[in-house]
Amino acid sequence: MAHAPREIILAKNLGFQYVGAQKAAIHGIDLSIKENEFILLTGPSGCGKTSLCRCLNGLIPNFYQGEWTGELLVDALSVTTQLTSELSRRVGYVFQNPENQLFALTVEKDIAFGPENLGLSREEIRQRVDEAMNVTGTLSLKDLAPYELSGGQQQRVALAGVLAMKPSVIVLDEPTSFLDPHTAEEVMGATDDLRRELGLTIVVVEHRLDLVARYAERIVVMDAGKIVADGDLEETLDEKFDLLEGLGVGVPRVSLLWTMLRRDGLVSGKVPTHVESAASSLGDMMSQ
Amino acid sequence: MSLRTLEGFKFSTLKTPVHLLDPRTKFLIVIAVLVPALVFANIYVMIALLLSQLPLLLIGKVARRWALSLRAGVFLSALIFVVNLFTGSYLSAIALTLRFLVLLTSFSLFFMTTSPDDLGLALDRIGAVRWLSRRWLGYPNALSFTFTTAVRLVPTLAVDAQTVVDAQRSRGLELDKGNLLKRVRNYIPILIPLLLIAIRRSLELAEALESRGFPGKEGRTSLFQLKLRPVDYAIIALSLAIIGISFWVYFHYKIPVL
Amino acid sequence: MITLEKVSFTYRSGQRALQDVDLNIEGGDFIAIMGENGAGKTTLAKHLNGLLKPSQGRVLVDGDDTRKVSVAKLSRKVGLVFQNPDHLLFSETVKDEVAFGLKNFGFTPEVVHKQVERTLEALGLSEYAESSPFLLSGGERKRVALAAILATEPDYLILDEPTIGQDYQQKERLRNFILQLYSQGKAVVMITHDVEFVAESNPKVILLSQGRIVARGPADSVLSKDELVKKASLVRPQMSRLFGELAKYGLPGDVVDVHRARLLLEEKLLEAKARVAQNS
Repeated sequence: MAHAPREIILAKNLGFQYVGAQKAAIHGIDLSIKENEFILLTGPSGCGKTSLCRCLNGLIPNFYQGEWTGELLVDALSVTTQLTSELSRRVGYVFQNPENQLFALTVEKDIAFGPENLGLSREEIRQRVDEAMNVTGTLSLKDLAPYELSGGQQQRVALAGVLAMKPSVIVLDEPTSFLDPHTAEEVMGATDDLRRELGLTIVVVEHRLDLVARYAERIVVMDAGKIVADGDLEETLDEKFDLLEGLGVGVPRVSLLWTMLRRDGLVSGKVPTHVESAASSLGDMMSQ
Repeated sequence: MSLRTLEGFKFSTLKTPVHLLDPRTKFLIVIAVLVPALVFANIYVMIALLLSQLPLLLIGKVARRWALSLRAGVFLSALIFVVNLFTGSYLSAIALTLRFLVLLTSFSLFFMTTSPDDLGLALDRIGAVRWLSRRWLGYPNALSFTFTTAVRLVPTLAVDAQTVVDAQRSRGLELDKGNLLKRVRNYIPILIPLLLIAIRRSLELAEALESRGFPGKEGRTSLFQLKLRPVDYAIIALSLAIIGISFWVYFHYKIPVL
Repeated sequence: MITLEKVSFTYRSGQRALQDVDLNIEGGDFIAIMGENGAGKTTLAKHLNGLLKPSQGRVLVDGDDTRKVSVAKLSRKVGLVFQNPDHLLFSETVKDEVAFGLKNFGFTPEVVHKQVERTLEALGLSEYAESSPFLLSGGERKRVALAAILATEPDYLILDEPTIGQDYQQKERLRNFILQLYSQGKAVVMITHDVEFVAESNPKVILLSQGRIVARGPADSVLSKDELVKKASLVRPQMSRLFGELAKYGLPGDVVDVHRARLLLEEKLLEAKARVAQNS
């Protein structure tokens, strides 16, 4: 089964200015995302990452009013002609604050919420809820109330609720900000597992690159509303390291270390993006 | 005093026979207690109503919490008793105080054994609520949905309220000092952040829900549904009978206080 | 100095949050309190300004027992900055917000005005003096909350999770600011789970787990110990993990800071280069 992955998101000259804002939050965005990619979207605070994400599932322009320019196609549907409820079948969104995504009084009912909105049959809803709980490991939590859960559990339940919609793309906007490091890594790992198992396309917004570097193949960097870098994660960190540092992006510590050593002529080769590859590259250098 | 009373109205997640009754049934039980309690002022009736709810409290395993709420309601009961001493006889004061306790118990029992979720589902099924919801908010389940969300936010906002108080006290705000005017003004630094936090949480919630397809098109389905079982029908029949008999007796006989 | 003597605390619900905590905080200290969610970090912080009183043991702030002094009085010395700035902000302007604490402590209008100006400048907020705090961005609101507590110049500053949601540049600014404060003789206590920030700032680390202090020491020794880090639901800093993998090359295990890592690696790499040159 070797068909070329299809293009699932296409933005052409996309721009948006919120009502009452002095300038556009994003402008001139050209972006093409293919099926099953894992994309890291990053940039300094206020660069427009969240605004771009909101366009992907229709929150912009339906929930947030303003001026829209350009075109955005999601799964061949034009975002401006669709309601968020229609787009939610294709693009799921996991938000930063775990607690404010869960509204029902039990986990099970919360996960069922999305499919219920789609008007599916009771059997179909039951099946989707069970599947979502199984795949996110939240079955044991099903009768608990949202405020009884830990942050990590809440995010997994939020993820389950999104998965029950059977989207092809999931956007996660700084999903681990409020989680402790260990749980953060678990959530990221689980997200990547889901991507492989279900063939999903993942877009993660994150300041801390080392958390996601292990999984993301592609990085999109934004600054002041525009995309300033877009490409393979390793290559971009390698070739555009100074740009990223200048923007104040939290480059992985191992990448920083390597770049410093490389500048002094002590190592050569591509910049590693996470601990394992850094260890192996440095090991090679030292055992010569 | 006040916060402990609330414990006697909080839903406890158990699966007793009382909990499993349909919320509409339980609401009818409340009415079946309310009507005789309001229509009569007889001490024996009040005692009977109070005692008849005891088995429900015990089967529902909420008797201990109810006792807590009673203890907290002591102040109000004493107030009612004293006021009625002045406006009526000694015996009527007792009867009316007992009536207050009967009503308190009835509502307490209802809220402790009915999950807000089920209440939401019940509201969804009531035609009048759906109609109103469609007129006001555009969707038939919007009202019951609003209710569920409000209930869900209560424990979260309670924590927020405590945090705001802590945060402002950490800036030197003293809530227990000063004359009445100053004390009222001192609540502004508490209420404004709390209000804004509530609004922010609601907006974030709305955003998250819209991202999962809310409100969808007409024809939203539901995973769970309420079902009236034989025991529900039996209790509904009994409740209606009690209500009917109470009115009949009221219109035909004069029942004294004792 | 703030002293905690065998402090234990149990919530009214019966939940035991702190057990036998002994701790001293002096001027010039920079301390990071770390631990898993529910370990008792915030509970501990609330004991420092009297919001919570110990069930057992006692807390002394400059000699005053917190059970005998009001929170308002303790807040003059101990500034507690809560995690979510929205729990504090309520004023019409940023200026008013920052003045609130000063007014509560009874300073004259002239002093209030001067302090507000100074604090706003120190935090880069002067341009927002007349703005509404609610219209500012998340990062700016966090700074306003910080300004509001700093305006009264407390001797001890307690920061609850100050780095959440901040980008790298904002964290750098914060780090420099903290450096300024403790080198001025103030004590800065930071509750955090941001391992990399701690690795780069080198505070003294206090690790809490299930209400007890399970480790204390410099960041590089505490954060490189696997069992401790796991208990606290943290991860070892990148440098520590890297050096863990490179242990067979004779590199030490307790490295958390990039610059020290670089120096150590420089040595080894130069050696390797020398070997290559020799052999060829």
